[in-house]
Amino acid sequence: MTPLLAVEAISKLYGLRTGCADVSFDLWPGEVIAIVGESGSGKTTLLKCISGQMQPTTGTVRYAMRGGRVLALDRMSEAERRFLMRTDWGFVHQDAREGLRMSVSAGANVGERLMAVGERHYGRIRSSALDWLSRVEIAADRIDDSPWSYSGGMRQRLQIARNLVTSPRLVFMDEPTGGLDVSVQARLLDLLRGLVNSLGLAGVIVTHDLAVARLLSTRMLVMQGGEVIEAGLTDQILEDPQAPYTQLLVSSVLQV
Amino acid sequence: MTAPTYNFAYLNEQTKRMIRRALLKAVAIPGYQVPFAAREMPMPLGWGTGGVQVTAAILTPEDTLKVIDQGADDTTNAVSIRQFFVKTSGVTVTESTERATIIQTRHRIPETPLTETQTLVFQVPIPEPLRFLEPRETETRKMHALEEYGVMHVKLYEDIARYGEIATTYAYPAEVNGRYVFDPSPIPKFDNPKLDSTPALQLFGAGREKRIYAVPPYTRVRSLDFEDHPFEIQRWDRPCEICGARDSFLDEIVTDDKGGRLFVCSDTDYCGKRQGKR
Repeated sequence: MTPLLAVEAISKLYGLRTGCADVSFDLWPGEVIAIVGESGSGKTTLLKCISGQMQPTTGTVRYAMRGGRVLALDRMSEAERRFLMRTDWGFVHQDAREGLRMSVSAGANVGERLMAVGERHYGRIRSSALDWLSRVEIAADRIDDSPWSYSGGMRQRLQIARNLVTSPRLVFMDEPTGGLDVSVQARLLDLLRGLVNSLGLAGVIVTHDLAVARLLSTRMLVMQGGEVIEAGLTDQILEDPQAPYTQLLVSSVLQV
Repeated sequence: MTAPTYNFAYLNEQTKRMIRRALLKAVAIPGYQVPFAAREMPMPLGWGTGGVQVTAAILTPEDTLKVIDQGADDTTNAVSIRQFFVKTSGVTVTESTERATIIQTRHRIPETPLTETQTLVFQVPIPEPLRFLEPRETETRKMHALEEYGVMHVKLYEDIARYGEIATTYAYPAEVNGRYVFDPSPIPKFDNPKLDSTPALQLFGAGREKRIYAVPPYTRVRSLDFEDHPFEIQRWDRPCEICGARDSFLDEIVTDDKGGRLFVCSDTDYCGKRQGKR
């Protein structure tokens, strides 16, 4: 068995400053890895490097394509990389406005990826949009509404539907619950967990919220100052943190 | 040096050469938007400066020029551009579609079928069909390069979701030669089928946006659509009230303030000729 995504010694330098340094890990099919750490620890830089949105200074990322071929991201042509991004990959942004096309209706947002891969039948696009809206618990009569009329939680769920409509195998998430209130967060996490389990999705989720990591991920990387200081099973790290910084992080969560 | 500073038809040597090069490239790559260094013309941007530059670059003393605006030869834009070329080049001008060798147009393609000896020059305000969905020029260029035209259908989807049909009635996007998606300028979609495999050369000039593109003769132009919502042109349930034509694009003219309206051909030359035959 080959890992879906193999990250090998990724470093990103911003001039003399380090974005992230020498990060390696393998992501297996169906597995969710959480990258946690405080602001400025290099989480988002790492996510951008491994999802092909940013060129790392050194290191390679290899992806196992559907046919079984393993390709390095920087060896792919731009056309191949962009095709991968809108078919086999998903990207859920923290701010739904970045991930959605705000000027068109919810239905068009969900249908866009289908049209991008050549679907030219309005009826079929419409019915899969309806199907996906119901899966993310958005009422069918909101399909023609603009995302501007949606609440924050609904926008985030719409963004998820838009990404999953082409049945990707790998979803990158950047703080998917950031900016939502606690009850909405809980519902979104519930939904995400259900989808990840039922679809067998693999995921990389960046978060500063340890609860999100615990609920969604099987493994976890803890970052500080651009480096991975601890890696392992999520439950293990949260129950028995070894690095001093991780201990601090775990103990600073308020127990209600 | 005593070389003439100005060539035939207004443009100086360098400008003319630069535009003709852009035109050659545009014809070689049908539907591709070729950037060119559009000059200032003695008329405001948006009044056909792109079309005027293209016409001036291809005009020869033997040409006969026709200029139309919304199908009519006698509207402000058409009259002033025609006068401009009479003054600067002295070519013969005509209102007859058959007699013209170059037709500069805004918003219409003449009803009379064009021939191999004719060239149609379109005035284009916004050459980029992807612009309303993707504001970044760097991104739209990449989308053209990689043939990522999915968003074009997002626009059509939006139309059907909102109005029950494809409600885009002008500047209807089409694919040229199976490759580039282009904006045929704000002609009604009624005229889109005329772009397809026409014997005439079709040149498009956008002055403000500094782009030239072309549809060479006998080139396939396919209007975008959905399998279950095929491309359709406008139809009227009445003929032209002056000439009785049933196959032409009709303008609605308000005749009084009591709801009176008149439907007449927008192509004045076509309408006039039909009246003459009656």
